[in-house]
Amino acid sequence: MEELNYGATAWMLTSASLVLLMTPGLALFYGGMTRSKSVLNMMMMSFGAMGVIGVIYVLWGWSMSYGADVGGIFGNPFDQFGLVGTIYDESGEFIIDGFGVPAIVGVAFQVTFAIITTALISGAIADRTKFSSWMVFVALWVTLAYFPMAHMVWGGGLLSGDGPFAGIAAPIDFAGGTVVHINAGVAGLVLALIIGKRKGFGTDPMRPHNLPLVMLGAALLWFGWFGFNAGSAFTADGTAGLAWVNTTSATAAAMLGWLLTERIKYGKGTSLGAASGVVAGLVAITPAAGALNPVTSIALGAIAGVLCALAVGLKHKLGYDDSLDVVGVHLVGGLVGTVLIGVFATDGGLIFGGGFNQLAVQIIIAVVAIVFSGVITAVIGLAIKATMGWRVPEEDEVRGIDLAEHAETAYEEINS
Amino acid sequence: MKLITAVIQPHKLDDVKSALEAAGVRGMTVSEASGYGRQKGHTEVYRGAEYTVDLVPKVRVEVLVEDGDATTLAGVVVNAAQSGKIGDGKVWVSPVEDVIRVRTGASGPDAL
Repeated sequence: MEELNYGATAWMLTSASLVLLMTPGLALFYGGMTRSKSVLNMMMMSFGAMGVIGVIYVLWGWSMSYGADVGGIFGNPFDQFGLVGTIYDESGEFIIDGFGVPAIVGVAFQVTFAIITTALISGAIADRTKFSSWMVFVALWVTLAYFPMAHMVWGGGLLSGDGPFAGIAAPIDFAGGTVVHINAGVAGLVLALIIGKRKGFGTDPMRPHNLPLVMLGAALLWFGWFGFNAGSAFTADGTAGLAWVNTTSATAAAMLGWLLTERIKYGKGTSLGAASGVVAGLVAITPAAGALNPVTSIALGAIAGVLCALAVGLKHKLGYDDSLDVVGVHLVGGLVGTVLIGVFATDGGLIFGGGFNQLAVQIIIAVVAIVFSGVITAVIGLAIKATMGWRVPEEDEVRGIDLAEHAETAYEEINS
Repeated sequence: MKLITAVIQPHKLDDVKSALEAAGVRGMTVSEASGYGRQKGHTEVYRGAEYTVDLVPKVRVEVLVEDGDATTLAGVVVNAAQSGKIGDGKVWVSPVEDVIRVRTGASGPDAL
């Protein structure tokens, strides 16, 4: 049996707590971007995801992600249902993993990823979605899309180092470019298409009602992201330190890239642009945090900042209403990070003489993730549309979804 | 009696208050207002989406004065609120039939 490593265990519990903080941070980030009549509903979608997934994960989520493999796609949900066999060994001692960390601490860390990933999707469907439909979607999506993807990439499935593509080069997804960001970004796009546009999209101004909340949320996301990326070293070591530094250098560069793009296109660098650039950088460095050096991280972040700033305009050109730019920031940022690992990875990257193999594998896992997430989300989204329906009545959407769905308003006077 | 109403730039409020106090005015009502004149509003950019904001923030100052002082005091407000830039606002004077002080019940000029 492995010996308990107190330092690693303390760091992993800290990381799990940091990642959990990201979801309330996301609630502030998203909440500030909505109109004042929708802020509570926006925040409740994040908190609702915490409720549903916090329960589901210990029942069958862990087992479906890391339990006995079924066809390389998902883990058997009954293998470790209710965490049976996960916590203690036959002699009643806590099971310790290869890093000297109790397995139950790994569960704590992983549940927070499932929560934040699902909550990310809510930004695409702000202001118009029934809360009950969202809660049902959360349960179905995390079960049918998130757990399988986590298993495929991290649990020894098809997209992992043990899968069929590893013959070309071992796929790299350090902290969740495919599992988290491409997965959530594609789901956001598919739901935005299924649910349809907000009333007044493209004609009525829908400016963020509270930019200081957005800035506070972005700051909490950045802070929590240290648990996300540095915690994905699974111990307290040099890789964790490298991931921490890469996370910061990429994020800083992405913020500058976004601000510069705004300055050139619109003449001003905005606070929303800075907050968005921060998130774009965090997203892009997520899969790459352990594979790059700090200088190539700066390059990756800057590219992500510029491309995401340009990508958020797509919804106006193409006519889909991804309310808070889940596609522009998470899908595009996740793709930039996942694919550019093949260029910038210190070990195997194109510019370090590694050839095209890593790049090819990174593109393959990105495409598989897009197709898998797209198909599963479409099936769930259409099923909910056909049964309970997605949208609140039009008059409730106009009057304010907070009042209609929660019998509350955030502020004394309703100013949309 | 007259009511002087001034809609001015928010940053000119302190100047207007000081000038009116120096001219002997002992009370006024100040409230937040929003609107636009010939300059129209401004453009804001959120993630590349541009919004034209018609209504810009202003401050409304209201002062009750005696008939004979109205023209002079309106001039005091105009001088104090003037920056020379577009969007400085408007000042107007309207007749008031009666004024009653709530605490004492006194009415007319005694209530000012």
